[in-house]
Amino acid sequence: MPLTAILFVVFIVGTAIALSWPLGRYMRWAMDPAPAGGVAARFTGAFQWTGGRIARVQQDWKRYVVTMLIFNVVMFIVSFSILALQQYLPLNPDGKGAIDGSLVFNTAASFTSNTNLQHYSGEVSLSYFSQLGALMWLQFVSAATGIAALAALARGLAGRESVGNFFVDVQRATFLVLLPAALVVASLMLIGGMPMTFQGAAHVMTLEGAEQVIARGPVAAFLTIKQLGTNGGGFFGPNSTHPLENPNFWTNALSMISIVLIPMACVWMFGRIVGRLRHAAVVFGVMLVLLLAKITGAVYFESAPTAAFADLPITQNVGNLEGKEMRFGATSGPTWAVLTTSTSNGSVGAMHDSLNPLTGVMPMVGMWLNATFGGVGVGMINMFLYIIVAVFIAGMMVGRSPEYLGWRVESREVRLAILALVAHGLFILGGTAIFAATPWGTEALNNTGPHGFSEVLYEFSSASANTDRASRGWATTRSPGNVSTGTIMLLARFIPIILPLAIVGSLMTKRRTAESAGTLGVDDGTFAAMLLLTILIVGALTFFPAGTLGPVAEHFAYAVR
Amino acid sequence: MQSSHVRKRMSVASLTDPQIIVPAVGSAFAKLDPRTLVKNPVMFVVEIVAALSTVFLLQDVLARDGQDLGFALQIVAWLWFTILFANFAEAVAEGRGKAQASTLRQTREETIAKLIVDEKTELTVPTPASKLGLGQIVLVEAGDLIPSDGEVVEGVASVNEAAVTGESAPVVREAGGDRSAVTGGTLVVSDWLKVRITAAPGTTFLDRMIRLVEAPSARRHPTKLRLTVLLAGLTLIFLIVVATIPSFASYAGGTIPLLVLAALFVALIPTTIGALLSAIGIAGMDRLVRFNVLAMSGRAVEAAGDVDTLLLDKTGTITLGNREAAEFIPMKGASEQELADAAQIASLADETPEGRSIVVLAKEKYGIRGRDIHELGATFIPFSAQTRMSGVDIGGSWIRKGAVDAVLVHLDASGTQGNRKKTTGLTEAGHEIDAIAESISKSGGTPLAVAKDGKLLGVIHLKDIVKGGIRERFAELRRMGIRTIMITGDNPMTAAAIAAEAGVDDFLAQATPEDKLKLIRAEQAKGKLVAMCGDGTNDAPALAQSDVGVAMNTGTQAAREAGNMVDLDSNPTKLIEIVEIGKQLLMTRGALTTFSIANDVAKYFAIIPAMFIALYPQLDALNVMGLATPQSAILSAIIFNALIIIALIPLALRGISYRPLGAAAVLRRNLLIYGLGGLIVPFIGIKLIDVLVTALHLA
Amino acid sequence: MNALLTSCRLVIATMLICVAGYATVIWGVGHILTPWTAQGSLITASDGTVIGSRLVAQDFTEAKYFWPRPSAVDYDGAGAGGSNKSPASADLTVRAKEIVTKYGATADNPLPAELAAASGAGLDPHISVDAARYQAVRVAKARQLPLPEVQTIIDMHASSPGGFLTLGRLVNVLEINLALDRAKEAP
Repeated sequence: MPLTAILFVVFIVGTAIALSWPLGRYMRWAMDPAPAGGVAARFTGAFQWTGGRIARVQQDWKRYVVTMLIFNVVMFIVSFSILALQQYLPLNPDGKGAIDGSLVFNTAASFTSNTNLQHYSGEVSLSYFSQLGALMWLQFVSAATGIAALAALARGLAGRESVGNFFVDVQRATFLVLLPAALVVASLMLIGGMPMTFQGAAHVMTLEGAEQVIARGPVAAFLTIKQLGTNGGGFFGPNSTHPLENPNFWTNALSMISIVLIPMACVWMFGRIVGRLRHAAVVFGVMLVLLLAKITGAVYFESAPTAAFADLPITQNVGNLEGKEMRFGATSGPTWAVLTTSTSNGSVGAMHDSLNPLTGVMPMVGMWLNATFGGVGVGMINMFLYIIVAVFIAGMMVGRSPEYLGWRVESREVRLAILALVAHGLFILGGTAIFAATPWGTEALNNTGPHGFSEVLYEFSSASANTDRASRGWATTRSPGNVSTGTIMLLARFIPIILPLAIVGSLMTKRRTAESAGTLGVDDGTFAAMLLLTILIVGALTFFPAGTLGPVAEHFAYAVR
Repeated sequence: MQSSHVRKRMSVASLTDPQIIVPAVGSAFAKLDPRTLVKNPVMFVVEIVAALSTVFLLQDVLARDGQDLGFALQIVAWLWFTILFANFAEAVAEGRGKAQASTLRQTREETIAKLIVDEKTELTVPTPASKLGLGQIVLVEAGDLIPSDGEVVEGVASVNEAAVTGESAPVVREAGGDRSAVTGGTLVVSDWLKVRITAAPGTTFLDRMIRLVEAPSARRHPTKLRLTVLLAGLTLIFLIVVATIPSFASYAGGTIPLLVLAALFVALIPTTIGALLSAIGIAGMDRLVRFNVLAMSGRAVEAAGDVDTLLLDKTGTITLGNREAAEFIPMKGASEQELADAAQIASLADETPEGRSIVVLAKEKYGIRGRDIHELGATFIPFSAQTRMSGVDIGGSWIRKGAVDAVLVHLDASGTQGNRKKTTGLTEAGHEIDAIAESISKSGGTPLAVAKDGKLLGVIHLKDIVKGGIRERFAELRRMGIRTIMITGDNPMTAAAIAAEAGVDDFLAQATPEDKLKLIRAEQAKGKLVAMCGDGTNDAPALAQSDVGVAMNTGTQAAREAGNMVDLDSNPTKLIEIVEIGKQLLMTRGALTTFSIANDVAKYFAIIPAMFIALYPQLDALNVMGLATPQSAILSAIIFNALIIIALIPLALRGISYRPLGAAAVLRRNLLIYGLGGLIVPFIGIKLIDVLVTALHLA
Repeated sequence: MNALLTSCRLVIATMLICVAGYATVIWGVGHILTPWTAQGSLITASDGTVIGSRLVAQDFTEAKYFWPRPSAVDYDGAGAGGSNKSPASADLTVRAKEIVTKYGATADNPLPAELAAASGAGLDPHISVDAARYQAVRVAKARQLPLPEVQTIIDMHASSPGGFLTLGRLVNVLEINLALDRAKEAP
């Protein structure tokens, strides 16, 4: 890798790590304040007032999950209604019309589940009211749901009597974590040159005298929470490749940092609430190793030239440029691709469909594992599943019944963890299998051969990993695709939240055992190696055959050529 | 160390012993019965796959479509071999237990008991043992087999318990106290006993023991159940992986033969650990049995691995059962030589280990030769519980040695010196001897006063001898994260001194059974698992409360029932080994699971390119092992998958090597061997098999 | 039921604060701090007509203008998008061949890659300095300007987007075209 590329990656990832530490500290203060006194506790009082009687009780994990689901159902209904009725609602300067029913379902499901798979193109189909009132609103509250769930999980593991109260937690996450962060970052984005207007599209007369319609809108506000909340749904169709959604190098860098910032801080917050910062550091390290490995792979493979131009008189000295913007620099595209898929964000800074085949593997690996920092809150929760499996196997290897942080891991916990992992594999592989073999999928493809297969695989990976938009160019206006991915997104969102909370609920009923030199240490390098091995074998290898038939086959196809 | 050369009860049949191998081969086939196999989800799934593959193969044969069936035939055969090898592993593990059970059964022949029907006349009626009811009293005389488990109510007798413990030296059983329990099937060699029957027919210790060694797999091992859940889950994941492949292939415009899918599926699911899981558990229980420890449940064995705190009785575990004379401390006005001489004479006829050690000390330190007590014309006065002294009378002269108190009382009675009970205070000599005694106690010793002809000569310092190597042993335990607590009836001063010398982490002095129970509860409340051993009836509540309670076989019936393990050798030091066996059992499971899962990487690289090469020829680049043909690659992977089971049977039965290290070091070591090894070994293995398969033109 | 009611209360609270409040504040900040970019960096001609956005590429086909990178959506500012083609796709080869012909690139004078590769949104306003110089001869000829003058305009507008974190310098196509037009008008 050239020095500039290394410097670029170090700059982005390093800044994010450096900022994640104080933010993690702050998030612990905001999400899990000491019961009495202090500013945060006063906020708790306010949130209890907003929430009413039900916000004043300490919930067990079941109540927590039920209230979370109820709130999310309401979120879904509200956003569904706004999208479905947008032609009758205000803030519609360009007079956007009605949207197809299955697309409304898909979009509402997509943003409720923090997935932001976009089967629509923002500037084409949606009014400003839909963008802000439905989508941007969901980008706040769905991200907050994830942070709240992680706080609950951590409290359970810390051995508290209760996992907390969802209605209070979701407000803490929204108002104390996401809102301040969004205000700061959005202001910086504005300074960087991002538009923020309620005026309709600009109609311009070009120098050559042609008419050009330039869609614009309240982008800065929307984009910021899109990145911070690992939502990823862009204001514009092509997301952060659009010059009005990402005007220059510095907004691009800030966007990339924003993508991983809160997911990174979530690991620290988890460590602080559980009271095991060293363990959090080990988990953070494992995530970072995976992240850097993927970035290295992506940047390396993307430095290969565009294969389609091979025999033409074209100078290719900066790698594959198809689907990339000049202003972000050559390293940005692949790095962004890895960051965004690792964190289940899904915004794009280059067109993923046009990445070199093996570069394209890296984002997919990110979605298959779904735990390299992962979505806000839920990334760490997904990692928790791998930790349970790793602890289970490693625990036996040190000659004790497996324990995690002193909690005995037994059949019930293992069953729930495996179930969640099975579900993830089933959604991706099952969905791909059905759509790859039927006209539902094959007719929607942009490309043929292994690359077309990759598109389907990518689509279902991103739906299941709550990652992305249809950036692989799967033409996505058909009902079966909308309904199936919509359903998968909802299931894939809530299964990996409910099952881990159930695990913690089950752990909390047990007697906690004391830790000693004989118990499995979860804060050293050996455990990190064990965790890495578990993630790679249980997580990544599941997708080996599918990956082989998609990007790998494509890569070797023209490596041979 | 005593425990390191524990006797082996049964001649241990080795793996290659035809007595075990031959029946195991037979039972490997018998175990193909789906009703038995269903308990092992992974192997059950393999059986379903194998059965379906066989049907497809038959279809092909009947269709006679002229294609080469050799490959298909081999795949199907190896699928079946995989199951047979798994069954074989389990059968071999069970083999030892079965052999032991049949030996035990021979001793359980029907005995005719002498049932006492009239207490006064001691009239007995011959009654078959199986008809004996609870609470009935039988008479057992020299040469009789004790008909059932019971409690001695009257008499003292030597009993040969070889049938149960394998130890042929007879042991004494007597009414009252901690040696009152007798076991059915053991032989009275001298004297007689009256025994109250405490076990209903079919529930005797021997019956239970037979069941334990015969069918160890029937017992619940909680970790094994959890592991089975994990393995079933992984199987499900790989089912999804394999089930979606045909659809992916159809996108690429091709089909994948069902047999190849079956081979991939079986290669990916964790068959290695699935096949050996049961054998590992059985072998672990078997290791305990060979160690002369009977675990009443699988849970107990696993709990042993989890133990955080060991409660160890001082005497017999930390110190040798006997104290030794270390020093003679004379009173003012008496010489050391004089004291040594008197002590030696008083001990000449004393056959207790303490007595002998006094003679030895007198000889070694003061050169006093052994004398014949009869030549001296002396009469030996043996120790009695009432006098708490022993000694000799030589003509009109006398020597006594014993507890300081007792000797003072004796002197007082003979009216010469030091009265502490009847008169107002202690004499000067009384004060002096108390001072000496206290300093001895402080150092962890026991004082023994010696008096001759009404004069106090001095004190013998008897010392507790800490077992050799025990300190290192406790250090090991500490590294493993296990805390040791010494339990003793001694006063705190003595206890502290011995605790320091032995290197235990803590001690409980002047311990009553209630204190013990309280200590266990306190430890458990801190989230710790506690192990202890005990023998007396008053140990029973503590044994029952502890997570691992090892009852001594010599102990009372109550103790044996309260514990969840019984040590047939009655050697309390074994608690440490029991912990190690528990840990080793879990480690072996974990290590082989890791190995099994890590193997998948190589199997993917063998089968996936072979499978898809027809669709995309460029995928040959993934054939990193350079396997000859797609068919040989698939065949090699499936052969490796089956053979690795056989190759790992010895490891599964022996358990992985165990070192007493901290968890971090153990994990590092095992992860390196079984994790990294599991990644690398199959690459080599599959390649070698492929070379062989190609050379033999099998594919 | 209670939970449902509370959920609705939270919907209202979050809508008010995170949608209405947040959007208004950010709009206000933009309005005050960066009014021009907040409206989309629109460039207005001297006669007051809006001639484009500095950030959005527009189609240039005339020889006297520098040409931007190809667009998969024909520079549609209301429906942006990329080609979404595999980099090995035959479609891309076909498109690249047309472009090569358009520029008249040869093996001795090969085309800079970005001029053949469509950007992500199809609206990339920049090309590299190399790609601009590549076109300078054509532009100079069409405008009957001396080549160094065109090259000076390129150099004046060239900048490095990310300093030492990026390689090479870029020019904004609309800016240099405007500069060219003005240079012509000026004398």
